[in-house]
Amino acid sequence: MSTAERTKNNHHFIEPSGGLSGIIDGDLRFRIKDCDLAALATGRKAQNLREMREILSNIRVDSLYFHFWGSLLKATFDDPEHHNDFAAWAWYGLHDAVLAEKLGIIDPADYDHLEDLREALLEIIEAHLDDLETVPSAKIDNQFHFIRSQIVVFDTGRIVEKPEDLADVLPTLSLGSIFFHVIDARRRSREGRDDFQAWLEGSFPGQCDDLCREIGRIDPFFGGLARLRTEYAALFENHFRRQS
Amino acid sequence: MTSILDEYAAVAGEDVIHHLQQLTENLRGRRVVHVNSTREGGGVAEILNKMVPLMEALGIETHWEIITGDEEFYQCTKSFHNALQGNPIDIPGHLLDTFEETNRVRAEELRPLLEDADIVLIHDPQPAPLLKYMPNRKGKWIWRCHIDLSHPYRPVWKYLRAFVEGYDASIFSLSDFAQTLHHPLYLIPPSIDPLSEKNVDLSVDEVQRVSEEFGLDTARPLVTQISRFDRFKDPIGVITAFHLARRFKPGLQLVLAGGGASDDPEGAAVLEEVKAAAENDSNIHVLMLPADAHRIINALQRASDVVIQKSVKEGFGLTVTEGLWKGKPVIGGNTGGIRLQVVNHHTGFLVNSPEGAALRLRYLLENPDKMTHMGRKARDFVRENFLLTRQLRGYMTAMVALIHGWGERIVTT
Repeated sequence: MSTAERTKNNHHFIEPSGGLSGIIDGDLRFRIKDCDLAALATGRKAQNLREMREILSNIRVDSLYFHFWGSLLKATFDDPEHHNDFAAWAWYGLHDAVLAEKLGIIDPADYDHLEDLREALLEIIEAHLDDLETVPSAKIDNQFHFIRSQIVVFDTGRIVEKPEDLADVLPTLSLGSIFFHVIDARRRSREGRDDFQAWLEGSFPGQCDDLCREIGRIDPFFGGLARLRTEYAALFENHFRRQS
Repeated sequence: MTSILDEYAAVAGEDVIHHLQQLTENLRGRRVVHVNSTREGGGVAEILNKMVPLMEALGIETHWEIITGDEEFYQCTKSFHNALQGNPIDIPGHLLDTFEETNRVRAEELRPLLEDADIVLIHDPQPAPLLKYMPNRKGKWIWRCHIDLSHPYRPVWKYLRAFVEGYDASIFSLSDFAQTLHHPLYLIPPSIDPLSEKNVDLSVDEVQRVSEEFGLDTARPLVTQISRFDRFKDPIGVITAFHLARRFKPGLQLVLAGGGASDDPEGAAVLEEVKAAAENDSNIHVLMLPADAHRIINALQRASDVVIQKSVKEGFGLTVTEGLWKGKPVIGGNTGGIRLQVVNHHTGFLVNSPEGAALRLRYLLENPDKMTHMGRKARDFVRENFLLTRQLRGYMTAMVALIHGWGERIVTT
C-alpha cells in the first residue's frame, strides 16, 4: 500500500462526540473520565529486523498507537528505560544498542498522523538495515508481538465547575484519567488538543488563552503519565495563583 | 457486615470496583456461564471459586458448570494439555471419540442454559467442543485458554483449533502464548486473589511463629524461592547464587520450598540433587510442603527480604506475583511472564545466570532502603495489574465489547 493510500485509510482522527471528551454538551462543566486499555493480539510477530520492517509497512495503525502511547499506561514507573516498545525490543531482543537509541528518541507527539509515524519508523529501520552486513535477529522467545488495543472509558462521577478548580483536582486524578484527557484526547481532536484545552477554549473563550498556550508547550510523551500529571497540576496552580 | 465488594475495594482500590460496577451496568440483565473441568484443584478452579461470587456480588447472573468424564476422557484431555505445551503426543482415535461424545452428552444436559446464555466462557480445551453442539446459541462464546500455546504439537492443535475457530473471541494470558485465530484475541494475564490464604495479610506474630517452626532466624537476612522441584525452576542455580552471595553476607539464609515431588519421578530426582547441592548446610532450608500449605507459603514469603524465581523456562510465574504483592523485590529469570512482572530497578531484577542472581542479591541486601522502596513499588504494580479484580475487569470488558459490538472504543454507561 502506498503512502498516499495509507493516508486515506488513516484512522488517526475519530470524530469527537458530546460527552466522550468529558465536555458536557450545552453545559460549561467538565466531567472527569477514566480509562483502561484492553490489549488484543494481532497474531503478527517479527523475529528479525527485516521481518519487523515488512510487518511495520502494513500493520494496522492502532498497533503503532499501542506500542508508543499504550506503553504509558502499561508501566507505572516514572523513568522507563525505553520510551516505546520498538526501542525496547531493539535493546532486549536484538541487542542492537544503536538502533535502540535511534528508535528511542522518536517522539510520537511530533507526528500529526500515525502514518507519518510509521514512515519515520520505517526510515530509521531501513537506513539501519542498509548499514548492516547481517540482519539482527532475536531468540525465538524474544520475538516482537504486534498488539492493538480497545480503550474502555469510565465515568468517575466527578465534575469540575470552573477552570481554577482543576488546579486542585489535577493532582488527584488517576493515571487513566490523565491518559484519557491528555493522550487519547489528541487522537479524538482534529487539532490535536487535549480535553482541558478544548474545554477552556470552548466554554471560556478568550479567558484562558495564555494557559492554553502553556499547555500546548508540554511534551505529553517523554516522562510518563505521573510526571505529566505533575506538570499539568503545576501549570494550573501557577497560572491561577498568578491571577489571584 | 462488610460485603465482598468492600473487602476487595479495601485491598485492590475503590477505582477498580467502580469500574467493575460501570461495566456491570452494560451487562445488566445478561446471563454469564463459565464452563471448566473441575470445581477444585488447579489454578482455573481456584480463580473461579473467587470470581463467580464476585460477579454475583456485582449483580451479574453468573453460573458455573463443569464437564466431567470417564478415565478415557481424562486420558485424552491430559494428553491435550501435554501436546499443546509442545510434547509430540499422538492421541488414539478412540480417545478422541470419547472426548467428543462426552462433550455431546454434556451439551444435551446444559442445552437450555447454554443456548440461552448471553455470554459463555469456556475454559481450556476440555469443554471446547460444546460450541459445536449449540447451533441455536443466542449469546457470544469466548474461549479462555490458560495454557501456553506458543509451541504446540501441531497435529493436536490442528484438531482442537477446529473446535475453537467458531468462537466469537479468545482470551490468552500473554501474546507469546497465543495462536492466530480468526476472531479477536484478548490478552489478559492471570491474577492472584488478595483475599486468599496465600495472599491475605498476616500478623507479625504468625510470620514469626512459622519462621521459628522451620528453624529460621528472623534477625538474619532471608531469600526464598517457592517452586516445584523442577529443572526449569533452576533450584541448583539458586543454591549456586546463594553460595556466591553468602561470601559477602555471611548471615544469609535460603529457603527452597515446594511440593508434589513424591509421585513425580523427575521431581524426586531433582529434589535429591537439590539436597546434595545443599550439602547439609544449615543455612539452606529445603522444605517439602503439602499442597494446601498456602498460609505457610504466605508467611515464608513475608519473612523473606528478597524473593527469587530463577526459572530458565516459565509460564506466567504467579509465585513472582505473590512475592511482589508481599512487598518484596523479586530476582527473576529472564523468561516468560516473569519479564512482564519484574521491571529492572523498579520491582526487582531480571537475571540470566546464578552469577547475575548473586550480584543482584548482594546489591539488594546492601541497600535496604532501595529494597524497601522497590518492595513498595512492587506491591503497587501488582495492585494495578495482577489482582483478581483486574482480571475480571478484562473479562468484563471483552464481554461488553462483544455484546454491544463495540470496536476500538468502549464507553461504559
